[in-house]
Amino acid sequence: MAEAEKMTDPILSVRNLVVEFPLRRGLFTAVDDVSFDIAPGEVLGVVGESGAGKSMTGAAIIGLIEPPGHIAGGQILLKGKRIDNLPPDEMTKLRGKRIGMVFQDPLTSLNPLYTIGQQLIETIRRHLPLSQAEARQRAIDLLAEAGIPAPADRLDSYPHQFSGGMRQRVVIALALAAEPELIIADEPTSALDVSVQAQIIKVLKELCESRGAAVMLVTHDMGVIAETADRMIVMNRGRIVETGSVADIIKRPKEDYTIRLIDAIPSIRDETRRHVVPPSATPIVKVEQLTREFDLSRSFLDRMLGRSGRKVVKAVQDVSFEIRKGSTYGLVGESGSGKSTCARMLVGLIPPTSGRVLLEGDDIWAGQAATSKRRQRVQMIFQDPYASLNPRWRVGDIIAEPIRALKLADSRGEIRDRVADLLERVRLDPVSMRKFPHEFSGGQRQRIAIARALSSQPEFIVCDEPTSALDVSVQAQVLDLMRALQDEFKLTYLLISHNLAVVRQMADDVGVMHNGVLVEQGPVDEIFDRPQRDYTRMLLDSVPDISNVE
Amino acid sequence: MLAFILRRLAQSIVVMLVVALISFMLFRYVGDPIANLVGQESRISDIEELRQRLGLNDPFYVQFARFIANAVQGEFGISYRLQQPVTELIVSRLPATIELAFASAMIALVFGVVLGVFTALRPKTFATGVIMTLSLVGVSLPTFLIGIGLIYIFAVELQWLPSFGRGQVTDLGWWRTGLLSESGRRSLILPAITLSLFQLTLIMRLVRAEMLEVLRQDYIRFARARGLSKRAINFGHALKNTMVPVITITGLQLGSVIAFSIVTETVFQWPGVGSLFINSVQVVDVPVMAAYLMFIAFVFVVINLIVDILYYAVDPRLRVHGIGAGK
Repeated sequence: MAEAEKMTDPILSVRNLVVEFPLRRGLFTAVDDVSFDIAPGEVLGVVGESGAGKSMTGAAIIGLIEPPGHIAGGQILLKGKRIDNLPPDEMTKLRGKRIGMVFQDPLTSLNPLYTIGQQLIETIRRHLPLSQAEARQRAIDLLAEAGIPAPADRLDSYPHQFSGGMRQRVVIALALAAEPELIIADEPTSALDVSVQAQIIKVLKELCESRGAAVMLVTHDMGVIAETADRMIVMNRGRIVETGSVADIIKRPKEDYTIRLIDAIPSIRDETRRHVVPPSATPIVKVEQLTREFDLSRSFLDRMLGRSGRKVVKAVQDVSFEIRKGSTYGLVGESGSGKSTCARMLVGLIPPTSGRVLLEGDDIWAGQAATSKRRQRVQMIFQDPYASLNPRWRVGDIIAEPIRALKLADSRGEIRDRVADLLERVRLDPVSMRKFPHEFSGGQRQRIAIARALSSQPEFIVCDEPTSALDVSVQAQVLDLMRALQDEFKLTYLLISHNLAVVRQMADDVGVMHNGVLVEQGPVDEIFDRPQRDYTRMLLDSVPDISNVE
Repeated sequence: MLAFILRRLAQSIVVMLVVALISFMLFRYVGDPIANLVGQESRISDIEELRQRLGLNDPFYVQFARFIANAVQGEFGISYRLQQPVTELIVSRLPATIELAFASAMIALVFGVVLGVFTALRPKTFATGVIMTLSLVGVSLPTFLIGIGLIYIFAVELQWLPSFGRGQVTDLGWWRTGLLSESGRRSLILPAITLSLFQLTLIMRLVRAEMLEVLRQDYIRFARARGLSKRAINFGHALKNTMVPVITITGLQLGSVIAFSIVTETVFQWPGVGSLFINSVQVVDVPVMAAYLMFIAFVFVVINLIVDILYYAVDPRLRVHGIGAGK
């Protein structure tokens, strides 16, 4: 290894680690001959796509591999002492005390039935000889360090009373409760908004620096690594592809796999345009003062007894924009900004409280005729290809459903021909119409979803986070496909994404939403290079981007 | 919380009124009670007079209003068969049923939860296989068969326990209990086991399924990553999270234990409300049947209310407007 001449002894050494899963179809090697070191105070980034074995490596180190998986070879040394062969009891004592772990989803990593104070104090007292009162004080200090305002008051709150970002701070406080020497952070920010993501990375980094703890940061997001880590390893199919300093790998990747991986990552600085919309293009969709309110007030009886008034949330307020024919309009904003609500009104899933959506001059909410017209001409692609396809239906039936529902074809043969044609267009084998969705990977499923959206020959497709559940290389393929189909069928897209780099790459015009209001809109380069509003600037600044590496 | 309870009470009243309507219909459609009351040789004028005296000639709604008014005061008329006030009859039989129901609910709950947790924590051991297989027997065998089987083994062959009745009963004035005497306690064992077996296996399988589900959750993995002890994770974190669905089912099952103890009471000649009901059905003793229906509905309504309140106690997410929200 290149960094063998490091002065300090490493906190963690992994030597030739092999993790195996005996499955019905034979032995599956999840981690194959992996070796690396982490020095005190160092942040080691581990990147790779899903199934690369990066999370499994983390789980192996902390001894939490789900059976039937097991460590089949190699050694794991913590400060020079082997820990992979410890008896379960001693391993339990090590967890939390010397190795802490942060998981991906802060919404599910806290027990919903206990206050965060109970969970913190329980962990602290398990590892440190403190009294109840001392542990409580320590819990308050930890929360304060993790950036929770008024920690003493918040200690007795339940997890559901915190936002996602705040919960992840609590999770980090929990992982650091006993001052572990090593923190394994498994996708700690993947479930969070960009602006929150930046804060969480900062908290994690500061807390580990001040304690001299080593960090193993597992993520699929190269941007996060670029921003946080000192060194990184790239994993693919259980093996280490490349190891080195972050700048080296991002600027001068050596291996083919790494080069392809880095090429696939869109950047918010990237100005390559993929096609030019004719400037005189007429608007196909016009949104006029669209407003949607949700009535969250409690029932009449509750209001009488609790003396609380009506509570109405304006999810979307007075939003107006136009989408040019054949162009892509990107809608960005954080969760809760109203972008998805907007999209649902555009495709007709929820009615607007006031305002109009015009599709080539026709109000899509005007009566029965407009509705059936809209159903044919407007389609939607959803975020999660695992949830948006009916698992009990064959792919052929899934794609044919809009054709049947809208009676676009008569005979069964004609429908089958159309489905076969659509599958070819999304670069899938027409034979796959006999298969079920679970036989496909995430990227292939999203192609099926695209084929379904195309089957009614729409002009306008709303894509709600079409690639955020996919790996970067798959994301690049899906985006390429969407782009090719746009030219082929003269499609117009509304692209909703929290990933600003994707929007920069795909969109011609961009709208930025914040708290239900469209704060800024304009041509994509204009908005990204010369943002006028503070909110847009903040959003752009908080994106971890690989071009930030010096 | 108060609004919630008030709303539930309002709903309960509606439920009770509907049940009252149905049980009142029994009076009119199950058969002519007069025919059962009088002998073959009674004169028409006597029958007519009896009809008049029982108020059976009044219009439907008048009779229904009278029924409701009486029911509210706990008055369900006079049993045709025993010529005693129905309320008195039910109250005198109630302690037997309630003691039996609670004993079997306790058995079902304690063994069900313990076995459910055990089989969830050790999913692949031999003992779990045996328990799971036996539990299938508990679910699929009808109650009367289990009762008769138990009587045959423990009362007839082994002669350890009595085969019928309630044993010696102590009268506390307002409550006649069998729990204070040796023979009373011994008499309770077989019927309680019989009645509990189905609930026991149901609760066990439910706890097991829920527990297996919860053990896969992220917060359990995170609890393990924090180095908490096995005991704290399994019983502190996991078990509490399995409780919400278990409370629902257990509550409903307790209701049905009381309601459907009929079979067990019949098999063991247990002098409870269930056997009173069966005897009344045989002679179309409508006031008793109607009152029994109302009573069972009342039990279910009360249990459901308690279950809803327990949710609040167990799951803080339901206390939407509780402490610290939205701070």
